[in-house]
Amino acid sequence: MQVSALSQKPLFALVAVAVMTLASAAARADDPWPDIHRDVFDNRPILENDGTITLQAPYRAEDAAIVPLTMRIPARVAKDVKSLTLVIDKNPAPVAATFHFGDAAGAGERMLTTRVRINTYSNVRAVIETADGKLHMATKFVKASGGCSAPVGKDVDEALADLGKMKIRTFEGTAAQTPGMREAQVMIHHPNFTGMQMDQITREYTPAQFVQELKVKRGGELIFSMDGGISISENPSFRFTYAPGSDETLEVWAKDTDGNVFKATSAGKAS
Amino acid sequence: MSMTAKAMARTTVFGVCAALIWVAFLWGAAASASAAPLAVKEIAPGVFVHQGRYETFTPRNAGDTSNAGFIIGRDGVAVIDTGGSPRVGARLLEAIRARTQLPIKYVINTHMHPDHVFGNVAFLGEHPVFVGHYKLPRALAARAEHYLTVNKGLLGDAAFKGTRIIPPTLLVKDKMDLDLGDRTLVLEARKTAHTDNDLTVFDKKTRTLFLGDILFSKHIPALDGSIRGWLALLDQLKSRTDVARVVPGHGPPSMAWPEALEPERRYLAKVADDVRKLIKQGRTMSEATKVAGLSEKDAWVLFKEYHARNVSAAFAELEWE
Repeated sequence: MQVSALSQKPLFALVAVAVMTLASAAARADDPWPDIHRDVFDNRPILENDGTITLQAPYRAEDAAIVPLTMRIPARVAKDVKSLTLVIDKNPAPVAATFHFGDAAGAGERMLTTRVRINTYSNVRAVIETADGKLHMATKFVKASGGCSAPVGKDVDEALADLGKMKIRTFEGTAAQTPGMREAQVMIHHPNFTGMQMDQITREYTPAQFVQELKVKRGGELIFSMDGGISISENPSFRFTYAPGSDETLEVWAKDTDGNVFKATSAGKAS
Repeated sequence: MSMTAKAMARTTVFGVCAALIWVAFLWGAAASASAAPLAVKEIAPGVFVHQGRYETFTPRNAGDTSNAGFIIGRDGVAVIDTGGSPRVGARLLEAIRARTQLPIKYVINTHMHPDHVFGNVAFLGEHPVFVGHYKLPRALAARAEHYLTVNKGLLGDAAFKGTRIIPPTLLVKDKMDLDLGDRTLVLEARKTAHTDNDLTVFDKKTRTLFLGDILFSKHIPALDGSIRGWLALLDQLKSRTDVARVVPGHGPPSMAWPEALEPERRYLAKVADDVRKLIKQGRTMSEATKVAGLSEKDAWVLFKEYHARNVSAAFAELEWE
């Protein structure tokens, strides 16, 4: 092909600009956030990146099935935070989980880490509601990467074995800036089936089965409760800060969508 | 800079990008126009292996990133993995037809990953029996939508064209012999290691063991199953004395037994050790991805692409110990 570079360039540029314009229009039409904002938050105004909540997420999701997310709320805000909603815009069920905090969450800096499934390139949002009824949000864009990294568990049978087995760990140091705060991790052995996986032998969909409710208490006082969905990773894990108390025993109560109830205490006794 | 100058500068950048995309497109079109047989090496009598590139999927490599092989028997042919696109599968079929007109009796997949199964579709016209681990259909079903969407983007339309997931119909629960007339292949379904659906193929006649992605060489191992299971399987395998040579899923077409296993065992053991230490210290998964196993960095191709992911997977598994 004998076309001079000079005459080609403007043509390419024109085509490129046209393509870019179309692409951005498509991206707008494709943006699920306005609908989520309306359906989940009733179109209430949301303050963004005002320092009341920060969200740490990898820019590139190394493993789409287990993407670690860390939310931090500074002490000056934490005591007034009623709830935290975790949203993954492009997941089939965008609300990954809603957390409600109790007194034992304390008034110091608050940290919460969990792991989620991310289906595709998506915005991830942490939205808190403060006692004055205002909403605040931190947003991060996460790219799901790699042709083999699917947002499903690695070993279905292993995940089903010991269903509901729990592990509670407490940590010496704490990630919170406030002195005296405690830090612990709760892990629940559970496949958290999404309900979208077809069994090719029976030609039936594996029904969704996931941890729907979770309550974590310290000495009988609520640290947090969670309403969870299918975006929480297999073997759900929560690492969080909490306030010290006279009774340091941690109690965990969880219920999945099949009605199975799982309980454990930091004394290590699960039932 | 005035607005006009900025706009012009931007336009030039778009122009350059568009030109590059156009060149890449022409390249892809040129590649898909040829159906040249894949280069294969006869590593033992009747046993042929194509070596894939140490790359992730791109339009340029069209999915030719993993090893694929075939074994010719008296009565027919068994194919072991089919490459990462219908194109690569078709080129593998060409390579077979350049050597024999015998029927293709079996197409065996060593596990679920797209670079080993996307070429299956090219063999449909040969009416083989598709064979896999009994957990392979479920694993493919759970990931099908994701595999098709993501890899369409990575491969580009030209190389992806015609891709369908073809699951196995003959399932191996434990051990199974496949008869090619004058030679028997011993298929073994493994416990969770690289994935939860790893299958190995042993050609008794030449004592050649196809390990699929249970063995990586030069290409960094990719953990999508269980690091403990994988290390245990390597330990179990290395004591086998009936193996003359081994074919990795990524690496040279033929390797010496059992020393071929050692670099991978070292990598996995290092990752497991470091991750266990970090868990004990109360560190998080994100922290672990930044520090664990970094001493292995120079020993592997594609370290940056897979290592942090391996550490995440190992962490999620080992924190239950």
